[in-house]
Amino acid sequence: MQHSYFDHNATTPVAPEVLQSLSASMAGVYGNASSIHHFGQAAKQRLETARREIAALLGCDPREVVFTSGGTESDNLALFGIARRFPKSHVVTSAIEHPAVLNACAQLQREDHQVTLLPVGGSGIVEPEELRGVLHKDTAVVSIMHANNETGCLQRIPELAALAREAGAVFHTDAVQTAGRIPVRARELGVDLLSVSGHKFGAPKGIGALYVRKGVELSPLLYGGRHERERRAGTENVPGASAMGTAAAGLQLWDGVRDLRDRLERGIVERVSGVHVNGDPVQRLPNTSNLRFDGIEGEAMVIALDLRGFAVSSGSACSSGAVEPSHVLLAMGLSPEDARSSVRFSLGPSNTAEEVDGLIGAVEQSVAHLRRISATFSRGTVYV
Amino acid sequence: MSDLIAVAMSGGVDSSTVAALMKRDGYNIAGLTMQLWNQRRLPELAAEEGATGRCCSLDDVYDARRVAEHVGIPYYVVNLERQFEESVVAPFVDEYLAGRTPIPCTLCNTFIKFDQFLELADSVGAKAIATGHYARVTQHPETGRWELRTARDFSKDQTYFLWGLSQNQLSRTLFPLGDMVKTEVRDLAIAFNLPVAHKGESYEICFVPNGDYAAFIDGYLREKGVDRKETKGAIVTEEGREVGRHSGAHHYTVGQRKGLGVAAPEPLYVISTDPKSQTVTVGGNQSLLRSTLVVRDINWVSWTGLSAPARANVRIRNRHLPAPATVYPMEDGRVEVRFDEPQRAVTPGQGAVLYSGDLVAAGGWIE
Repeated sequence: MQHSYFDHNATTPVAPEVLQSLSASMAGVYGNASSIHHFGQAAKQRLETARREIAALLGCDPREVVFTSGGTESDNLALFGIARRFPKSHVVTSAIEHPAVLNACAQLQREDHQVTLLPVGGSGIVEPEELRGVLHKDTAVVSIMHANNETGCLQRIPELAALAREAGAVFHTDAVQTAGRIPVRARELGVDLLSVSGHKFGAPKGIGALYVRKGVELSPLLYGGRHERERRAGTENVPGASAMGTAAAGLQLWDGVRDLRDRLERGIVERVSGVHVNGDPVQRLPNTSNLRFDGIEGEAMVIALDLRGFAVSSGSACSSGAVEPSHVLLAMGLSPEDARSSVRFSLGPSNTAEEVDGLIGAVEQSVAHLRRISATFSRGTVYV
Repeated sequence: MSDLIAVAMSGGVDSSTVAALMKRDGYNIAGLTMQLWNQRRLPELAAEEGATGRCCSLDDVYDARRVAEHVGIPYYVVNLERQFEESVVAPFVDEYLAGRTPIPCTLCNTFIKFDQFLELADSVGAKAIATGHYARVTQHPETGRWELRTARDFSKDQTYFLWGLSQNQLSRTLFPLGDMVKTEVRDLAIAFNLPVAHKGESYEICFVPNGDYAAFIDGYLREKGVDRKETKGAIVTEEGREVGRHSGAHHYTVGQRKGLGVAAPEPLYVISTDPKSQTVTVGGNQSLLRSTLVVRDINWVSWTGLSAPARANVRIRNRHLPAPATVYPMEDGRVEVRFDEPQRAVTPGQGAVLYSGDLVAAGGWIE
């Protein structure tokens, strides 16, 4: 069976030129970037080339780029790195963040920090006024994601960052879903810290970066050697950084994906009744469509579509693979039933119009079948 | 491609062998594991180190996933924890507290595996489900009625837990192991080189891995924040003489001999428990014998009903050898069973299954 991939917000395929860069540095540039000899210098050059490529992607100075193992580490470094410098300080985030931020904040709460979760409305967008209302002199760090991974909704980062700055707080944004996909310029956004993940834009897993604005002090998460200007200990992952740099340098931003996403959404809405877009339909990533199907179990639809050769997702998978209703959709005011009847389609540059048309047909058939079944099974209760 | 069939995979030897067999025989199959219970909820009740077959543990999901990979089929985990708690665990606790000894496996088969799971399988496009149960399904050549029959390997037969199945459910279920004996299944698992081929079996209720039901009930109620009255009471003889004290009637089940803490010249058994008065009545082996019982909530499986008294073999426990009896229809739909020979430890709340030869005629709950 032919399998088509519509789950790019989970991860993306490694681009061919990236794979080449990865294997070339793994095979040939094995030195330790901290060594003073020829081999170390070659590795250091690769690393710094990659740092310049990421800096170019983010519109910042290369010295402001810290390589990490990925989005989760970048988020943790940002939050713990600031908050731990100010014991018992106030931390602000939103209810729709990725677990890498939410669970880091939960830990900060256990460490006697005061944590405020900002709500969102049905649009899935944090209102800057909500932030203004909670900031005070003890607020150390504010962390609001650039785009949400489930709905694709874009947050009003410049306004939020300006408010945090006025209040004297450090502003962090998790830009894992935007960096490498739409323009992300750290200076224009006005942020102090910004998380990037390589595997969301064609680099392999295990490499990411944190933008740290010049002048922002961070305490480290890891204790060890003096790598990355004493902000991230551990021998540098040169092949990973090099691959991420190559992915950033050869990048075509994902604006072209918008037409395919719109074709998909239009096609589904035209052919299936009782479909709703979750979140703001305009202020969102060009590749993401989170749709709610009345009377459908999203998890069953994900399995049915996979068995027809289309990879999509619902909720977030836990360790056993079982699916919980999305905390993002619940925070947006959806009932657990509505949250469970939602499915996320996230496209990428390699998708084609033929694949999209095939997916529209498969969705139409799956929904018709699923609705026929829930009518046949007399209990009328929905699964999960 | 042929119609899709969903294989219910627990991570054990039996369901893993079903998947491998069906794949070998050219069926179009997908593996599904039901996540039914979070074993971390009551960690103090975990099975002892090295025990296997606890359903829904991450280890079992891991095993099932490995088998699916080995066999080369799509595999998914589906979460039915909420339905399982509502339809199986909560009734189990209620029944126990009401002084009966319920069998959660029957509830699970009737309301989860052959209902919610069947619906889920249908949802994802499967026409039927296959499980590793030891039982057989046939169709009557004239009437077209679906019939449930005991497994060829009677020592592994699981029809005692399957009497709740409807015609629709039977028509959409495959039991590929029904004609095999356990050793053949084990040999096949080894021949297929399945990663679980040598895994042990569990005989405990899946959500009480250490088998301590009373501790499970106490822990479950504590978790729910249910404030229970003191459950202490007397252990009395049939004549009403107090011979001991106990800390909760739900710790006892009819026929139980161990753990009474009562010294007596002859072995004593629990004859009955009364949760209202918290009285546990004990007596000798003779007092456990009953010649009749009444079955309620009858499901007619292979038979369509009963208009006159009929002969049947009636099983009152899983490992009980079905005993010859005459079964009498009652006006309100219940059935009275009169055994040819008195039977030991007839336990309210357990199932009673009526067999005619290898045919499962009907089943219901003992009053």
